[in-house]
Amino acid sequence: MAETLAASSVARRTRHRTRWEMLVPRVRRHKGLVLGFGIVLFLVAVALLRNTVAPQNPIRIDITSALQGPGPAHLFGTDQYGRDVFSRVVHGASISLTVGAIAVGISATVGTTVGLIAGFYGGIVDALAMRIIDVLLAFPGILLALGIVSVLGPSLQNLMIAVGISGIPLYARLVRSTVLVARQQLYVEAARAFGVPVPVILARHLLPNVVAPIIVAATLGMGTSILAAAGLSFVGLGSQPPTPEWGRMLTEGRDYLRDAWWISTFPGVGIMITVLGVNLLGDGLRDVLDPRLRI
Amino acid sequence: MIRYISARLLATVPVVFGVTIAVFSMLYLIPGDPVKMMLSEFQTSPEQIARMRAQLHLNDPFLVQYGRFVWNGLHGNLGSSIRDNRPVTQEIFEVLPQTAQLAVAALALSSVVGVTLGIVAALRQNSWMDVGAMMVATFGISMPNFWLGLILILLFSLRLEWLPAAGGGDLAHLVMPTLALGLGAAAIVARLTRSNMLDVLRMEYVNTARAKGLGGGTVVMRHALLNALIPVITIFGLQFGALLAGTVFIETVFGRPGLGRLAVDAIQNKDFPLVQGCVLVFALGYVFVNLLVDLAYAVIDPRIRYG
Repeated sequence: MAETLAASSVARRTRHRTRWEMLVPRVRRHKGLVLGFGIVLFLVAVALLRNTVAPQNPIRIDITSALQGPGPAHLFGTDQYGRDVFSRVVHGASISLTVGAIAVGISATVGTTVGLIAGFYGGIVDALAMRIIDVLLAFPGILLALGIVSVLGPSLQNLMIAVGISGIPLYARLVRSTVLVARQQLYVEAARAFGVPVPVILARHLLPNVVAPIIVAATLGMGTSILAAAGLSFVGLGSQPPTPEWGRMLTEGRDYLRDAWWISTFPGVGIMITVLGVNLLGDGLRDVLDPRLRI
Repeated sequence: MIRYISARLLATVPVVFGVTIAVFSMLYLIPGDPVKMMLSEFQTSPEQIARMRAQLHLNDPFLVQYGRFVWNGLHGNLGSSIRDNRPVTQEIFEVLPQTAQLAVAALALSSVVGVTLGIVAALRQNSWMDVGAMMVATFGISMPNFWLGLILILLFSLRLEWLPAAGGGDLAHLVMPTLALGLGAAAIVARLTRSNMLDVLRMEYVNTARAKGLGGGTVVMRHALLNALIPVITIFGLQFGALLAGTVFIETVFGRPGLGRLAVDAIQNKDFPLVQGCVLVFALGYVFVNLLVDLAYAVIDPRIRYG
């Protein structure tokens, strides 16, 4: 009796370990992942508590204190309008994280849906979807987003849409290739034979196969999106003044580089740390969730 | 080989067709009247707007307009810019060599630096050199190239006064833009080279070469590196695309004439024919480079041709 109980307890523990308990030690051992997670957590906390961390109004102009160097009154100095750079950098964190998250949300949602449908139906639907994806991929890097912004007009909202659309092909291809294999499996055939509606098959039976790669791609995509959005704002095609957006702040400080290096330097450090954090997190998640893709 | 080349060329046709449709449709996707949008900064009468519509043939059916766009494009005519009424192709070809020069220089820099760092890191796996090189690479990937450009200007132009901060033309003007654009790309090449090199160094033929008594240098250079670099070549096409796109930022930072800056200025001036021309040339250039990379890949690695 005692043996049976012990055996069932071991079996239960073993069953339980198959999912999360096996992942947790791998996560803890991965220094990059832990560091990346720490950076992202810190940035999210800063973004949420921005009014407490940086109580000075980031868009209040005070010409009398313009171009002051970093010091106790203004930790990161002030810009040409006397605005507190520290406050602008802190508020910029929430903008960059929001832009990155919304852009990745658009890319992942649309891309996953297209990939699921193309991979599941195959044939003409797949061919058509993939040719459209091929055309989108013909616009290198930021250029698709640039083209979309030129059509929609420069604004922070349009920037998120543009960067989001330009990320769709990645997810569509990723999901399609997995679904092409998964749809041949017996459990999918069984679901079809039982008359389970297609949306349910896609959501309940096929989607779980692609969740891990999507999480990895979305985390790494967040870094790319933040860089793209900051770059487009830098060239004047994203957020507009006086929004404390990091890319925009770099442009505003460019003319004062010689005498007030801090205006452009700190927002740049902000972008780099954020992208570094999400990249470390993404690399770590890839190693833990899908070690085959490790580079 | 001929069959592979024909198949690859044939696969390019629908992409080029799709690119022309996408670029042409940009005008249709503008919310509201594209002519009013383009002329929003000028004082215009309804007659001028009507004349502009006629000039751009916007009253014709979509397919007729598209057919004309492609036909004229094939004859080197992409319309005239709205700002200064000069042919779009002329404006583009004036600055294209500068952009090509920058992208090629950055590609060369990223290849040399990236491959060297990757080899060193792989040969000394888990040493401080490996950890250091990969840390630098991780920072390099995360660093915005336009910010690196500003830091380089601050250091080498404003503080040390070694290099010109802005403009284009001679070699001195190319140094900082190349560094700003190429170093991030070098980080990606370094990581990929390291990972491929580590895989190849574990292969049996490398062990065999060592067992035969070949020197370490010969094994690394002749047996390991050449095979490790094959996958690196495939990302050259992608890298070139990313570098082309990166010129948009770098040319703006360094006030350098080029296709990227022309596109940004055209978008800000709502000069749509010029925007379309720039985007089309960028995309077709990228498609062409990828085609070349795929063909080169088949020459280097025969498994691709017969695979």
